[in-house]
Amino acid sequence: MVMLRRKMWRDLLHMRGQVFAIALIVASAVSTYVTMRGAYESLLVSQRVYYDTYRFADVFASLKRAPESVAQRLREIDGVAAIQTRVVASVVLDVPGLEEPASALLLSLPDSGEPRLNHLHLRRGRLPMNADEVLISEAFADANALLPGASIAAVINSRWRTLRIAGIAITPEAVQETRGDAFPDHQRFGLMWMRRHPLAAAMGMEGAFNDVTIALAPAASEADVIAAVDRTLVRYGGLGAYGRNEQPSHRFLRDELAQDRITSMVIPAVFLAVAALLIHLLLVRLVASQREQIAVLKAFGHSNAAVARHFAGFGLAIVAIGSAAGIPIGIWLGRNLTGLYTKFFHFPELTFQMSVSAIAVPVGTTVIAALVSSLSAVRRVVALPPAEGMRGEAPLRFGRGLLDRTRLIRAVSPPVRMILRSLQRTPLRTAMSLLALASAGAILVVGQFAFDALESMIDVQFRAAQTDDATIALNEVRGDDAVHAIRRLPGVIRVEPVRTVPIRIRAGHRQRRIALVGLEPDATMRRLIDAEGNEVRLPLRGLVLTTKLAQILGVGAGDDVTVEALAAPRPVASMRVAALVDETIGISAYASREEVNRFMREGPAFTAAYLAVQPARATELYATLKAMPSVASVSLREAMLASMRKTIVENIYISASMIVAFACVIAFGVIYNGARIALSERGRDLASLRVLGFSKGEVGAMLLGEQAVLTLASIPIGFLAGWALSVWIARQFESELYRIPLVISGRTYAISFFIITLAAVFTAIVVQKRIGALDLVEVLKTRE
Amino acid sequence: MRVTAASAHVPRRPYVESVTTAAAVAIAPEPVFRARGLTKLYRMGDVEVHALRGVDLDLFEGELVVLLGPSGSGKSTLLNILGGLDAPTAGNVRFRDHDLVAADERELTRFRREHVGFVFQFYNLIPSLTAVENVKIVTEIAAHPMQAADALALVGLKERADHFPAQLSGGEQQRVAIARAVAKRPDVLLCDEPTGALDYETGKLVLKVLQDVNRELGTTTAVITHNAAIAGMADRVIRMGSGTIVDIRMNARKLSPEELAW
Repeated sequence: MVMLRRKMWRDLLHMRGQVFAIALIVASAVSTYVTMRGAYESLLVSQRVYYDTYRFADVFASLKRAPESVAQRLREIDGVAAIQTRVVASVVLDVPGLEEPASALLLSLPDSGEPRLNHLHLRRGRLPMNADEVLISEAFADANALLPGASIAAVINSRWRTLRIAGIAITPEAVQETRGDAFPDHQRFGLMWMRRHPLAAAMGMEGAFNDVTIALAPAASEADVIAAVDRTLVRYGGLGAYGRNEQPSHRFLRDELAQDRITSMVIPAVFLAVAALLIHLLLVRLVASQREQIAVLKAFGHSNAAVARHFAGFGLAIVAIGSAAGIPIGIWLGRNLTGLYTKFFHFPELTFQMSVSAIAVPVGTTVIAALVSSLSAVRRVVALPPAEGMRGEAPLRFGRGLLDRTRLIRAVSPPVRMILRSLQRTPLRTAMSLLALASAGAILVVGQFAFDALESMIDVQFRAAQTDDATIALNEVRGDDAVHAIRRLPGVIRVEPVRTVPIRIRAGHRQRRIALVGLEPDATMRRLIDAEGNEVRLPLRGLVLTTKLAQILGVGAGDDVTVEALAAPRPVASMRVAALVDETIGISAYASREEVNRFMREGPAFTAAYLAVQPARATELYATLKAMPSVASVSLREAMLASMRKTIVENIYISASMIVAFACVIAFGVIYNGARIALSERGRDLASLRVLGFSKGEVGAMLLGEQAVLTLASIPIGFLAGWALSVWIARQFESELYRIPLVISGRTYAISFFIITLAAVFTAIVVQKRIGALDLVEVLKTRE
Repeated sequence: MRVTAASAHVPRRPYVESVTTAAAVAIAPEPVFRARGLTKLYRMGDVEVHALRGVDLDLFEGELVVLLGPSGSGKSTLLNILGGLDAPTAGNVRFRDHDLVAADERELTRFRREHVGFVFQFYNLIPSLTAVENVKIVTEIAAHPMQAADALALVGLKERADHFPAQLSGGEQQRVAIARAVAKRPDVLLCDEPTGALDYETGKLVLKVLQDVNRELGTTTAVITHNAAIAGMADRVIRMGSGTIVDIRMNARKLSPEELAW
């Protein structure tokens, strides 16, 4: 068997171009799986370790105000393992170097030591010791280049305070620092911690709390505990307890993990399928051209199994070469991807680590795929009696096919007829090549789809639906006279008040904690726009639900839902769903402000306002807002968009280049192999034509024309497949936070077309060199 | 260029190796091919093969030449060099006013395209094209071709025009190959063992076609063979051995292929 093995290595060396092209695809399959699966596993392990070690709470509740004695009653609830009460305040900040106002959630730390739940991990500095010292969260610190020792001004409960940064910290509560928005803006939102005593004093919360985090006992029912907590806190203005699944940071991370799991399967699977197809095609050709050798081997007594093993060895060798390259590349890329994650997710430690299965699964699958595709290629030839095999490869038989019955064949020149008949002669191979090439187009479409969708979401949400310059949230409900005060602020052109109420919306046993948003019916700065860009008019009576919310609740227009306000005076009412709006971001309920005011049994009142601002006076307005006691937070649409766009551009750069590389590898591998196989089958014909006076270019065109036809034909199939895969991925990625609209831009198709064509042209140039190497003399002497 | 049957059969002055008088040159027709001192050295691995050792040769307008010799005698190498498929290691070849040795790859391709028709031992038809399409693929790139159907008629295969090579017998395939070679009205037809893969009867039929073409179109034709019997149909017979020309003789009477026997 030593000689057989030697023959295999020599044959492999002889076919090195094709071996390289296929090994490259195998390497891509293995490395993408190792990278993505490894990064996914790293994130998953880091999350689990972080949550466990830093005691991430299970249940969260906010309330108006409860005396500390209530904590004992919460602790006694069945299933509660530990609780931590705290004081939480929403504050407006004046960050050094930042013109616009920023906001923060200011959380209390116990007066000494660390909280019992949601431990902090100090990145820099130390815990606060004095009344005016704070910790700030890492993303916020990084975005604003804040270091321990720096000062930051804040309006806490209407009073202007200067705070000193004692340290920078992270918390399992905010692996992703978000207020629950789909797009975080780290420069203008962060978390801060100060000691309980000074914060309680500032907030008038001495001996009381307005927020509690709870850890569950091992077998406890989350739903039961939440219900019990709500019953306890209802007297104290409880806003409804919720579990981890509604906790913004956890939800964000959970969605990311779910998406990573899917991507880590889909892309390697595409590569794997293409690699298996190509190994099959290569071996079918190899076996055909070595018919005589196989017959001789068998004539000398090699068993069928030995011959089959010999050819299976080719597939395995290619997989071995591809894996040997793919594993280290995958680990290297995985380290980089994990490094990229640390920009978005804040863990005490996030290092690339992966299980054995992250390597075993792709290698095992490619080995199986190689074996199956090799054996299927060898099967027929091994079955031949040696005498028949030794007669050599049967000449290519062409006859009249379907094409010859059409007018098309008469309309084209003989070289084009050659191409079309050759494609028709091997329909299975043609189909396989088409499919493999189409996957390159599909990957390009899917890869760019994410950005098209994001662009569309941004466009609809922040250009059509929301057109304000600034949104200010107030500390408390204010009567409409305050609208006039806001209008008088410097630079304000127009003000549209909004009444937002935290509610629990219920239909049967299904419920969600959301915000009921009361808008002006004639509002221009906040309109309800569906995914297609059409406006949904706010009805005078009844609710407008986002489609996603309606789906969760199982209701449609015309149905009634129960709305329970989580703020005083906690009215409960049945409301009719008047219409649905297919918004892509978040789940919300909308009503006219008048209706919300009526529901809350109050006169004309509001809690937030959309402002249109004169650009020239924006700075002046920002300065005023920073010092306004009644303002809880300010968000600036353009600033947020800009920061978001920066992140997106960075991501686009990385993923787009990876996607393009992937698609090029596939296109190159498929086209190169197709052309080399065609060359090996028809090299003789082509050399004859060269002898007859056809130039290299003309003969090259005949050889590559087949690949050109395949490539062009594969593009619409690839686009269709890419579209279908995008539909599937959009469904899989759908979450309560956002829904991916199915938007694929013309630009995406154009770029994909361009890249595939470019890869094809490049491959053609590589193959064309082979045409020059055709032996014109040899062809005269040898039989087919 | 059309040469009449009459002019093609003007008795020619026998080729005299190297020594020619000025007067003799003056009355001799201009040769189509003129090769001097052709040497070809192949390197096959570590072995050097001397395929041609200083061959001088002229081929004249309209004649039918048979190059006779055992395998390894250098006849194929000579034909390949004349056909612009190979370059000599030393010496020079001219086709009319073209210097084939100085020509680059592109010029050689044009030379083959415009002037040469090839017939191969194994036909080398394109399997995915029908008989008539195999002819058309060449006439499409020729300057003054005949109709593909006429070329097939010339070889007696008008009825088989729409058959694919796999549907034709060996002799029929070779006749298609001849039709393909002559359809572009080449100046010279080079045939490398055209009957080598055919049985006796079919071989004679193919030779007949070659002779008809030579006679009717006046195409200068060179046929390579190791079959001495075929020599009878030539104007001139050039015998080769070990890379040199052993002798050249004129046939006093050309036999028709039907008269040949082997």
